[in-house]
Amino acid sequence: MPETIHLPMGPQHPFLKEPVKFDFDIQGEEIVGARMNIGYNHRGLEKLCEDRNYYQCMYILERICGICSHSHTTAFCQATEKLLGLEVPKRGLYLRTLVCELERLHSHLLWLGVAAHEVGFDTLFMLVWRDRELVMDPLEEISGNRVNYAFNTIGGVRRDLSEEQRKKILAILQPLIDRLEYYANIGSNEPSFEARIRGVGKLSKEHAIEMCTVGPFARASGVDRDSRRDAPHAAYPDLEFKVITNEECDVFGRVLVRVLEMVESCKMIKQILDALPEGEFVAPKVMRRVPAGTAISYYEAPRGEDIHYVRSNGSEKPERVKVRAPTLANLEAACESVVGSLVADIPIAIASIDPCYSCTDRTTIALTDRRRGRRVTTWGELRQYGIDWYRRNRGAHF
Amino acid sequence: MSTLKVALYLLVFPGFLFQSGFSTWLEWLDRKLYARMQNRRGPLYTGWSGMMQPVADIIKLLSKEDITPANADKGAFAFMPLLSLASVVTAGLYIPVWHLSRFNSFEGDIVVVAYLLAIPSFALFLAGWFSVSPYSLLGGTRVLTQLFAYEVPFFLALLTPAVMAGSWKLAAIAAYPWASGNWWVLPVQVIAFCVALLTLQAKLERVPFDIPEAETEVVGGPLTEYSGKKLALFRLQKDILMYVGSALVACVFLGGFGGGLWLGVVQLVVKTSFVVALLSVVRAACARIRIDQIVTFSWRWLAPASVVQFLIVLLIKASGAAQ
Repeated sequence: MPETIHLPMGPQHPFLKEPVKFDFDIQGEEIVGARMNIGYNHRGLEKLCEDRNYYQCMYILERICGICSHSHTTAFCQATEKLLGLEVPKRGLYLRTLVCELERLHSHLLWLGVAAHEVGFDTLFMLVWRDRELVMDPLEEISGNRVNYAFNTIGGVRRDLSEEQRKKILAILQPLIDRLEYYANIGSNEPSFEARIRGVGKLSKEHAIEMCTVGPFARASGVDRDSRRDAPHAAYPDLEFKVITNEECDVFGRVLVRVLEMVESCKMIKQILDALPEGEFVAPKVMRRVPAGTAISYYEAPRGEDIHYVRSNGSEKPERVKVRAPTLANLEAACESVVGSLVADIPIAIASIDPCYSCTDRTTIALTDRRRGRRVTTWGELRQYGIDWYRRNRGAHF
Repeated sequence: MSTLKVALYLLVFPGFLFQSGFSTWLEWLDRKLYARMQNRRGPLYTGWSGMMQPVADIIKLLSKEDITPANADKGAFAFMPLLSLASVVTAGLYIPVWHLSRFNSFEGDIVVVAYLLAIPSFALFLAGWFSVSPYSLLGGTRVLTQLFAYEVPFFLALLTPAVMAGSWKLAAIAAYPWASGNWWVLPVQVIAFCVALLTLQAKLERVPFDIPEAETEVVGGPLTEYSGKKLALFRLQKDILMYVGSALVACVFLGGFGGGLWLGVVQLVVKTSFVVALLSVVRAACARIRIDQIVTFSWRWLAPASVVQFLIVLLIKASGAAQ
């Protein structure tokens, strides 16, 4: 029996795009144990939202994630619109969905490039990222930005789509579908690439359901779940699309699911642009004060189901905003799925969920007042604790 | 006079100066081709079309801070870059482009070159071993595992032309098609040529066989803890290894560099560039395979293929067609 070695990966490691800590126990090249720890990237955005009004919150929530920025604002808008009881004009919903699908395209293309890089296939990485520009251009054209689009607003969207822009988007679809077919072909036929992704990061269907996985990660394990169909939102009820699933239960399946999902997205974009309703694109009058209550909104982000919970106390500012990003649902299952495989499989197995740690990062500090035996810390005490901690450890004075 | 000649031979051509200059040029060629195949521009600004970029990289590394880990074995840590560089430069002296005396061209020099080219792998393993870091250790053991996978097919492939020419002398193997006029033996050895190319790729630790230094898995592999001058020496060693390896393959499979000094040099440049270009294509077309996959691949495909080639050559020799 070879000796067990502790192999730390992270918080800084070339395979990680963002800080997170993994600890692996390895025997030779085989992994016998895996643990992880998040919280290196926590920015306290949920707390920040409690100090802002609903419109300002959108700009904060947009910055949860650079890749799926539109997802978080859409989820938040939907929750707020639910609280307001607001009817969003049809054109607004369609445009919102259009950006959703364009975002899904660029996110999946980005992921495909990163996945290729993780297994050392840099040529595919470069070519995929070149083709991603096909999608980035229309996004810039529509919203003025390449990543943080600031396209949503409560009650609709902020910009209309001109006829010229509509034609430009339609023009990229066919070239993109051709390229996607080429990549699907590479994914399933390039021997060295296939050898690295087939049978890697196995996650059975039962385990995928048990671990509450979401998105393409779950669908590649044969779990037929998609919020776009199961929890209808935006313009999705009007659109026809297939939910792509795969029974391979490994990274190979996840590549295929994502590539085929992109083809579906292209078809949906075509439907949206063909049936774009005329009229207003934003609700004319929106109250600044939101009635008291709670709302939960589901949204199928590129990485999986994104859930926002908003609680209002009847003022201009939300009392509580809670985000459950898809990575949080998938990360533990991914970390577990590498046990039993080789060290070389770690990067691609972890990357196969398309992890976004800045979306998911949260921190829990259990503060117990030992002296008085209380379990609850008041806001003032927490603030004082923070000030003292920084004075003690960082030499900062407030 | 003869002392000056030996000094020139060792230091200028085909010694250290030529080897380091030409090998950095080959690195530029490789990077440029690789970049163009990936729809990128590649090196662009240093020198004409970025030609001096590899040299600039090495100079930059030479001027950087040199850190030795506290737990590392200081002597061995510093010695390994020198050992590996010295062994590849020595191997390069035996490439038959300009003959001086029987000291650098003798019966059996092909075996000497092959063994000198194996030393860098051991130096790399020891470098990883003495750096005492989990990534270095993992990378170091991968270097050795990979060595056991590719070394035998590499030797078998190099042996084929030697048997064909009936000589263990590199100059004689290279001169065989010129001397006998049997140019058809070159296409016959195409299987061995392909095996030699792939195993050379594995020796150079490039995609798809860059397992020991797979960036996303083991950071820098055995070189994780190296920095500054020592890393620069390792970089230079890798470049020279690429030159010597491709020159060796060009020498035994592509008819060598005969025809006097000037024609020889021209052939050397053209043929090694051709081999490096082929290596770049392989590099651009593949993903990195796993360590268990390279062992399987080598022993299931490469070793039998080189044995088959060996049998073909033996049959040709037995039939008396290659007299």
